[in-house]
Amino acid sequence: MSTNTIEKTKKPLKKKPKLPFSNQQYLKWYEDMLVMRKIEERVGSLYIQQKFGGFCHLYIGQEALVAGTASACQKEDKHITAYRDHAHPIALGIHPKYMMAELYGKTTGMSKGKGGSMHMFSKEANLMGGHGIVGAQIPMGAGIAFAEKYKGTKNVAFCSFGDGAARQGALHETFNMAMMWKLPVIFIIENNNYAMGTSLKRSTNVEDMSEMGKSYHMPSFVVDGMSVEAVHDAILEACVRARKGDGPTLLDVRTYRYKGHSMSDPQKYRTKREVEDYKGKDPIVQVLKTITENGIASDAKLKSIQEKVKAIVEESVEFAENSPELKPDELYEDVYVQKDYPFIKE
Amino acid sequence: MRIVQYREALREAMVEEMRKDENVFLMGEEVAEYNGAYKVSQGMLDEFGEKRVIDTPIAELGFAGIAVGAAINGLRPIVEFMTWNFALLASDQIINSAAKMLQMSGGQYSCPVVFRGGNGPAGQLAATHSQSFESFYAHVPGLKVVTPSTPYDAKGLLKSAIRDNDPVLIMESEKMYGDKGEIPEGEFLIPIGKADVKRKGDSVTIVSFGKIIKVAHEAAEVLAKEGIECEIIDLRSVRPIDYDAVVNSVKKTNRCVVVEESWPLASISGEIAFHLQRYAFDYLDSPVIRVMQKDTPFAFSKVLIEEALPNVKRVVDAVKSSLYVS
Repeated sequence: MSTNTIEKTKKPLKKKPKLPFSNQQYLKWYEDMLVMRKIEERVGSLYIQQKFGGFCHLYIGQEALVAGTASACQKEDKHITAYRDHAHPIALGIHPKYMMAELYGKTTGMSKGKGGSMHMFSKEANLMGGHGIVGAQIPMGAGIAFAEKYKGTKNVAFCSFGDGAARQGALHETFNMAMMWKLPVIFIIENNNYAMGTSLKRSTNVEDMSEMGKSYHMPSFVVDGMSVEAVHDAILEACVRARKGDGPTLLDVRTYRYKGHSMSDPQKYRTKREVEDYKGKDPIVQVLKTITENGIASDAKLKSIQEKVKAIVEESVEFAENSPELKPDELYEDVYVQKDYPFIKE
Repeated sequence: MRIVQYREALREAMVEEMRKDENVFLMGEEVAEYNGAYKVSQGMLDEFGEKRVIDTPIAELGFAGIAVGAAINGLRPIVEFMTWNFALLASDQIINSAAKMLQMSGGQYSCPVVFRGGNGPAGQLAATHSQSFESFYAHVPGLKVVTPSTPYDAKGLLKSAIRDNDPVLIMESEKMYGDKGEIPEGEFLIPIGKADVKRKGDSVTIVSFGKIIKVAHEAAEVLAKEGIECEIIDLRSVRPIDYDAVVNSVKKTNRCVVVEESWPLASISGEIAFHLQRYAFDYLDSPVIRVMQKDTPFAFSKVLIEEALPNVKRVVDAVKSSLYVS
């Protein structure tokens, strides 16, 4: 992505009509999404340099989803997502150095180096994974919401999954129970149009994924996932329903990942033109445009944000590289809560 | 002491723990309105209401996943599967989610859930309804697998399982729910991972667990009449296994027969035999012998069932073979 052209556009002389969100909010979205973008770009290059192993699914292009969710949710709400999970902790306020350290498999990582790229957890941020089994988090997300309802809180569970995961049978089982029991869960399809290399239209004859909720009478909406404002609004509306006790919502959030499914993806299933078209709707460019066109921040302020983001990325890499490896005897830790579980060691 | 059925013992365990801890609840197919497919949960809906005794649709993967989600978010679910055969659909959530949650989250999220239900052959139910899953799940680190064979064990072990902070699987049996046995008046717990010497003897050690141990008991009676005294070790749980109890018994008897209801390959009996040759080699006076279900899917025919399952004669023959007598 290139933000330079827009950064250099002149501020309009006249102020536009009042914006729907505060200046502070736009700047936060810009900064947070820029951190996600720049971190993920660095993650991609570090992966190619073989600084760490495992799978690596980048979030580039989809930032508005987590940024809009984070701005619309409350602190005690719970979150669960799939294996494309590097940006979720950032959106929820966790410094990206802990995510980076997890990628390196270091002891300072979000999951102590035991989960890796696909399993980012943070009790502090109420992020309950990062799950590598496609769609496994769909019933778990409903279960998290079940517990909130059971305990009588007003908290909401956010359950994100890709358009590919939506083809798992567990989705239907879960939608049925979540609606029957009116669970406060928001199902967010991070619909980037490709299940690995299989496009939506090659995996279903019902391309409007919001239809999937309607057969359970679940309020279901299509959302522009390239617009952080649209995501925020849709999430907020769904939260109102959930907190009132009206149950789940399905959001088919149309987004796009610029990079391959994982780092080993040659992307022969789509054209370069298609990717470029989506970059024209880039969520970060859109927010930046709003900021510059409305005079929300000076060029100097934007520059300082970009510098800050750069520093965060550098700090994260440095932190990860300098963090200690796990000790071999940590193998037996965190497998059972029971401290003296008798492992078979020979 | 009181005489209760196995199903009542399980129910008492759940009821007592639910009275103590608001976060414990029961979910599964037919557990509420119908009072349980096998009447284990009879009366529980009346006492605890529909918030805590919850009928689910027939969706094992879905409700197992909901239980896992609830468990990582502060509740202590008990999930009843009508049988463990049907729970194969839920095995993704049991093996990939519940068993691995604590480790994958670097110790941040534990998963205190109990999965329980009927296990093993239960009559002429043919191949898909007759499987024993003890060794299948015992293979998986992160889980605990409990195999109560009496009402006393069922109550004490289930209570421990509900209080356990790790995921625990309870292997019951449709054929055991009506079994009667003594239990004490007051509250009691049985620790998970400790075997129980169900019968004392010094001729041969018989290691078994779950429903099929009844065959071992019958065989021991027959053999006692011939002056052969079997020591029966009930493992009570197959993950973890109380190896010390087995080794200590074999040090005394110098012989071991394992009676297991499931198939031979990758079985608990194979594990016991390995352990004995590794840690009690010098104490063995004859090879470890096992009596298993035959290595085929479970057929409908009564003749083939009789042929496939461990029975008294096969156990008696195995014990005699280990003693080199006929």
